Amino acid sequence: MSARRILIFGGIALIAMGMLFGDVFAVFVLHQNGGATGAALMQAANAAAAQDAAGVKTAFAQIGNLMEDRGTKVDSHVHMIDAGYLALLVALVQPYVLLSQAKKKLLAKLLIIGGLLLPVGIFLIHYVGLAYSPFSAIGWASVLADSAGALLIVCLAYEGLGLWRYFRSGGLVSEPEMPRERSWERRALLSGGTLLILLGFLHGAWYSAFRLYHHENHEIYILKRMSDFGNESAIQSEVNEYGMLQVEKAVHIAAHSHIIEFGLLAILLSFVQPFVFLSEQWKRRWVKVLLLGSVILPLFVLLELRFGLLAGGIADLGGLLVIIALVGMLVGVVRYTGRLDGEAA
Amino acid sequence: MSRDRKVLIFGGIALALIGMAYGLYYAVSVEHQTLDQMGGSLAGAFVSAAERKGPESKTLLASYGEAKYRYVRQVDVHSHWIGLGMLMIVLGVVFEELRFAERRRVLLAWSLLAGSAIFPAGVMLQTVNLQTMGSALAIAGSGLVIGALVATAAGFARA
Repeated sequence: MSARRILIFGGIALIAMGMLFGDVFAVFVLHQNGGATGAALMQAANAAAAQDAAGVKTAFAQIGNLMEDRGTKVDSHVHMIDAGYLALLVALVQPYVLLSQAKKKLLAKLLIIGGLLLPVGIFLIHYVGLAYSPFSAIGWASVLADSAGALLIVCLAYEGLGLWRYFRSGGLVSEPEMPRERSWERRALLSGGTLLILLGFLHGAWYSAFRLYHHENHEIYILKRMSDFGNESAIQSEVNEYGMLQVEKAVHIAAHSHIIEFGLLAILLSFVQPFVFLSEQWKRRWVKVLLLGSVILPLFVLLELRFGLLAGGIADLGGLLVIIALVGMLVGVVRYTGRLDGEAA
Repeated sequence: MSRDRKVLIFGGIALALIGMAYGLYYAVSVEHQTLDQMGGSLAGAFVSAAERKGPESKTLLASYGEAKYRYVRQVDVHSHWIGLGMLMIVLGVVFEELRFAERRRVLLAWSLLAGSAIFPAGVMLQTVNLQTMGSALAIAGSGLVIGALVATAAGFARA
């Protein structure tokens, strides 16, 4: 398998795994974590009303712990998918990286390993903590994540060196360039991806213009009322309102980022279609499934505000469609006969 | 390499580097202080409320609000510069496939680059007490990016 195929296979696999992790996280952790954070906030507000300063501190320590739990899982999801994007991007420039094939293959493998270990390290931060660590503030899981990040930086620096050699050589390529086919799949992914990104931008512009400031002011307003020594039922109502506000913010941000990321993914996948060795019919099928899932997930994430868990379930189904399409394309990459690899060798 | 691709690919790399450099500077010298201020102010506001120090609690909540306002925007600047840079690099790979004359593609590429640079810069200005100017730049920048992207989508659809 050439460096380019390792990167394409590894990149799509990382994206699919990152999305699967995100789906599992959304179903089994996200809502439970939100509920526990709300309960801890309620505990803090009740402690404040009961003049129990130590109780407030305990409750906030618990909130910090819950936020770390949630934050590291979100970061694992994001970093695994972004490492996949990076691998696909690096695959695109392989013909212009003037290094030996053996070195390029090694770099490709290291990049995929780094892209896998980085999110694994981030995920473990919450569980490993500072156990057996010789450092005062950095645990072994952070060391693993940072080392994997450093590995990615070294790989990219080497790829950059290869690109520098290409520019110095006056345009000498090291392997055949990506075929520029004008297939239906490619055009659908290109225009569909651009459209998804555009929708994401429009939604982001609308949110920042009409909702962002309102949300920020409303949060402070609720927190002020919450700490105003009310009775338990009043505090409960404030905590519920605060929880709803956080949900509304999270839903808009998730819809905005997911639709743009899916757009970018569609454009990147349009470049690697020549490496997907499937019949025209199946290639088209996977493209349609991918674009359908890319619309369903962010749309129904937004609709969670109105339809609750039903919309959330449909959104997760949208994510599953994207994962299925990615796995379908991955099978095509595995089945690829290596024609372009052969030319490269 | 055509001029439009050069603008997008090298402009995108430059934007991504600026975004990463800003992120590095922010993580090393600003983020921890801001997070400490946010966490400390919020917990402190509730502790002050428990100790029946009403005015102090309100001051700390206001401090939390200000810190969070800055934090959200500073993180957004970092992620948007890098994200837009990445989008420009990806579009640069296929920009020649747009069914437009080269002059129009170059104009589109410059619009994308200008908008992608101006929009996060405007958001950053909002955090240093230049809110009106920052908002105006952010709106103009994002408008430019959206307009250019509409044209790009139309160009791909015609290809």
